Amino acid sequence: MFDIQKVRKDFPILDRQVGGKKLIYLDSAATSQKPLSVIKSLTDYYENYNANIHRGIHTLSEEATEAFEVTREKIRQFIDAAEAREVIFTKNATEAINLVAQTYGRQNVLPGDEIALTPMEHHSNFVPWQQLAKEREAKLVFLPLTEDGQIDLAASEKLITKKTRIVAVTQMSNVLGTINPINELAKLAHNVGAVLFVDGAQGVPHLQTSVRELDCDFLAFSMHKLLGPTGVGVLWGRETLLDAMPAYMTGGDMINYVSREKTTWNELPWKFEAGTPNIADVIASASALDYLKDLGMDAVRAHEIELVEYAIKGLQSLGDAQIYGPLDATKRGGVISFNFKDVHPHDVGQILNDAGIAIRAGHHCCQPLMRDLGVMGTARASFYVYNTKEEVDILLEALTEADKVLGHVACR
Amino acid sequence: MSLADDLYRETILDHYHNPRNRGEIEHATAKVEGVNPLCGDELTLYIQLDGDTVKDVKITAKGCSINTASGSMMSEAVVGQSIEDVKKTVDAFKTMMMSKSGEVSLPEEMEDLEALQGVRKYPVRIKCALLPWNTLLEGIQTAQEEQKVKEAN
Repeated sequence: MFDIQKVRKDFPILDRQVGGKKLIYLDSAATSQKPLSVIKSLTDYYENYNANIHRGIHTLSEEATEAFEVTREKIRQFIDAAEAREVIFTKNATEAINLVAQTYGRQNVLPGDEIALTPMEHHSNFVPWQQLAKEREAKLVFLPLTEDGQIDLAASEKLITKKTRIVAVTQMSNVLGTINPINELAKLAHNVGAVLFVDGAQGVPHLQTSVRELDCDFLAFSMHKLLGPTGVGVLWGRETLLDAMPAYMTGGDMINYVSREKTTWNELPWKFEAGTPNIADVIASASALDYLKDLGMDAVRAHEIELVEYAIKGLQSLGDAQIYGPLDATKRGGVISFNFKDVHPHDVGQILNDAGIAIRAGHHCCQPLMRDLGVMGTARASFYVYNTKEEVDILLEALTEADKVLGHVACR
Repeated sequence: MSLADDLYRETILDHYHNPRNRGEIEHATAKVEGVNPLCGDELTLYIQLDGDTVKDVKITAKGCSINTASGSMMSEAVVGQSIEDVKKTVDAFKTMMMSKSGEVSLPEEMEDLEALQGVRKYPVRIKCALLPWNTLLEGIQTAQEEQKVKEAN
């Protein structure tokens, strides 16, 4: 386990105050805070070797290109991919999902085919498939959840059939916290000749992830939830699949040969990276990966299980707090969604803000799931490497206060 | 300022815990729905016109305290007013909520609404406060169209 106080010192933002109170940041599932090394890496690039990549025959460009490609290699290692050319930079996980839906999806999904999803998908791993299904006259199939918010594998086996072309599922739910059985789903998908697309936006920052062990076909995630800067998404795909896919965006950098009549595409990964990419943020992402590697993903996970266990116990002790998703901390990530009495989650969020506590409140971009749960939204506390048990204590105290101000209102 | 004496000051909490004009109007001139996709506030507004007068307004809502209280206060403020006056009231309220400068005072009969000024500090939630008012404007327009159709028949 790492020294939490030492970790906290690496995150300058944790020193700030909100409304006179010490900031308690419990919204890392929305975006994580950034260690000083990441912030410094950004300024270092702009101060010392800012240049466009992949074409300049000058020192700055060569340095920038090398740093940019170092991040790609570090991502390959981080997710245990076979080849760095299978790692494609996008602007966020959403773009990575759209890329696959618009290329692989359009190419392979035909009228009458099926795309299987779960009801716990974030809108970003839901709407692109919904729109693809509409366009291709295909059908969306939902793999059912058990009472405590886990994928019902036995039922899924019957729903993933020869008609299924794509199974798209989140590695970890941003609402329920559920960690999904990716490996089992990969077997079900591959048994019927379908591909498994994994939304790793929540999972990759928190769980040791090996695409080879998961045996998935695509993985999307974003660096900003992983201690890195905003504006960097990652798509990993099997080389054979990526090679067979048509281009997504066209333009500069993604070409091999351009004449007046026709254009041939660049090789992987640049075929999918049209235009000047987000150079600075990609380069700074390497520092985020280094930081997590130094902590060790096993330690990151152990720290989270400890916090989640502690927070769930605390919430349960408050009485009427309804907690969503599995209660076993080993089956969920560092995300706890709850509703407190009959209070609207936005009101909870507001009252916590007055105590300096940042949580997320609302539908968490999961409107279909909210409807299934029969709620307008939930309050959500999410943890990362810099959170402590003391912060959980302050959260619980503030929730008690929220109950005093707003509680005991009949649900309207 | 802390929440208890500001955003959630007594007037708001009173309207939240006991919303006025809650319910449905069976033969409403118009029924419109308002949604705030940001936080999931949902409300259905029933409006009964009598010529150019807003005879009755009722609201069913699933929302946060700001949304519920704002709708409750709005219904109290506009029932019995002429459409022209209602539009002035809505304008005055919106001006108050969007104002970047200090306190704005409203006419005496709208004093309760000043309690919502605290919300201005939380831009995200101004939308919660405005939802019932925007839905009301839509309701008036729909109701007027309904009336015209009826007259034509």
